Amino acid sequence: MPHHLIDALIGAAAALAVPATAAGIAHHALLARDIAQTVEIGAVLLDFPAPGEFLMEGVPAASPVGTVKVSRFRIMKQQVGAATYALCVADGACDPAEGAAPTGKDVPVTGVSYRDAMAFADWYSKNTGYPWRLPTAQEAAAAAGERFAGDAFPAAADDPANPSVAWLRRYREEAAAKRPADPALKARGSFGANTNGIEDFGGNVWEWTSTCYSRTTLTTDGSVEARTDNCGVRVIEGLHRAYMSSFVRDGRSGGCAVGTPPDHLGFRLVRDDTPLAHARLAAERLWQSATAHEGVGGRRNIPAANVEATK
Amino acid sequence: MFTRRQALMGAAAAAMLAAMPPLAAFANEAEIAALPREQVALVAPPFVHAHDQIARGGPKVVEFTMRIEEKPVVIDDEGTVLQGMTFDGSIPGPMMVVHEGDYVELTLVNPGSNSMPHNIDFHAATGALGGGALTLINPGEQVKLRFKATRTGTFVYHCAPEGPMIPWHVVSGMSGTIMILPRDGLKNEKGEPLTYDKVFYIGENDFYVPRDEDGNFKAYESHGDSYADTLEVMKGLVPTHVVFNGAKGALTGDNAMKARVGETVLIVHSQANRDTRPHLIGGHGDYVWEEGKFANPPAKDLETWFIRGGSAGAALYTFLQPGVYAYVNHNLIEAVELGATAHFLVEGEWRDDLMKQVEAPGPIPTN
Repeated sequence: MPHHLIDALIGAAAALAVPATAAGIAHHALLARDIAQTVEIGAVLLDFPAPGEFLMEGVPAASPVGTVKVSRFRIMKQQVGAATYALCVADGACDPAEGAAPTGKDVPVTGVSYRDAMAFADWYSKNTGYPWRLPTAQEAAAAAGERFAGDAFPAAADDPANPSVAWLRRYREEAAAKRPADPALKARGSFGANTNGIEDFGGNVWEWTSTCYSRTTLTTDGSVEARTDNCGVRVIEGLHRAYMSSFVRDGRSGGCAVGTPPDHLGFRLVRDDTPLAHARLAAERLWQSATAHEGVGGRRNIPAANVEATK
Repeated sequence: MFTRRQALMGAAAAAMLAAMPPLAAFANEAEIAALPREQVALVAPPFVHAHDQIARGGPKVVEFTMRIEEKPVVIDDEGTVLQGMTFDGSIPGPMMVVHEGDYVELTLVNPGSNSMPHNIDFHAATGALGGGALTLINPGEQVKLRFKATRTGTFVYHCAPEGPMIPWHVVSGMSGTIMILPRDGLKNEKGEPLTYDKVFYIGENDFYVPRDEDGNFKAYESHGDSYADTLEVMKGLVPTHVVFNGAKGALTGDNAMKARVGETVLIVHSQANRDTRPHLIGGHGDYVWEEGKFANPPAKDLETWFIRGGSAGAALYTFLQPGVYAYVNHNLIEAVELGATAHFLVEGEWRDDLMKQVEAPGPIPTN
């Protein structure tokens, strides 16, 4: 749907502020158990090591750690499950995940790219009546709490005259930190909850964020002189931070050239309860409803069932 | 007093002698028995047992022992298990080094714990299928083979029992290399001596592991259980793994090879079954014996060299710049996806003269 149309509709939809279910707008028959439980993360000040690459005076510099304020948000308690993702695939709105998920176990969906996560968020929003989106890297850090790791190894040049010193140091650090790969998928909840009540963060499934990879040139006082964002690559948080092309589904094939790469790529979503997000979603759904019977750009209508508010 | 003519004849005779193969005469058992003997303990690749680059004294009999070991081996970081077969417990088998004119005397042991007959075919040896016809032993047996090192170079050895067992044993890990050095050491194209500070032996293997219906690699209880499925994958000629030193990542991380700026390294690379093309990323081959045979002058300044399946080659390189070097099979799909990547960690002073990042990455200037 063209964005200017959405924007035009937002005002009206916001004024209506009709709950999606009450409006009778169609969505897939998601059962209550398919609607994710969420946890509220209160506004927090974080010491956050910025993702990406940093240069100062022409040589790699350490990621500046600044205190950032993250506003209150609501995020899924668990990673998106393989079974729920399969509903999106069955509905034709998501591409199949890569690799075979074990059957008979409530495992998180893995083998999904950033694009897959975005497609799922869109489908999930339309079918639950809540706007869902990927967390930013800062939100992921806030939710991860004490389990947040960030970049595993400092990238700063040890000797500006000899770049190989940092390359060799980093190589050795990564080799020393090498852990055995852990490819066996476990049931959701197996890695336990952190103090925020967020489950499985830092387990063997790394999580996509919406934050773009960037390269920043810093002045000698640490302020930003120039910055180039590359949104073809997104930040992934987990046991350690990784950067992956948005189409990569297998953590072992993208990102880390040395060291142990992510075992699996998955995600969890933020329920965006801001009025703007609700209005945008309502507008999209109105558009969908208006065009569905013409078969233009809409999605097929399936009667709603059991779509309930999450906790 | 020598006449001028006699002097010329003498020189001609000396030249003739020099041109003759040094081992044209065949020694008898008594003569061989009179030679000095040396026992060499083999070491697991990528390392090579201590040896002289220039031979001291005359030819000798060099004794080696290898135990054949059938055992499951993990060949990648996903824990894929291959029903492996090994010379002396390692994939590839250990590298042997002797000099031209020496006799190699190998005791090959097939312990009773193994399940299959094995043998050894030395590409460096002459006759009897490279020794294969004289060394076939059952579990619980051992055999001793002697052959004369008549040609210099790096040569593959491998197991070659019979029929379809041959490729199966080879792609299960049974290959290695012997290096036969000229008695006076390596030389460049002008006949000037070349020496190395370190030697690394990199054996490359192609593995063919069957998959289940879900596409996951299958594990088997025994070699026999794995045979039929493995043969089907082999016949497709598409390896599931192409690795150095027996496993994906075996020569990376803590096991990366180490050198210093200014050190000269000889890299011997073997592939017993399939063509490959080694390349040192960020470095070169200063002197390369692609075919591995030292009677031919080395090629110089190569970017990538070609190792024919069933042969071993050697490349000499002096590191000029510090850093992390990747040594790959420059079919980069095989290097990155199938495993054929090793690393060299090289310490030393950086030389801006050779390379410098003149301007760090930054936004494209706009006017």
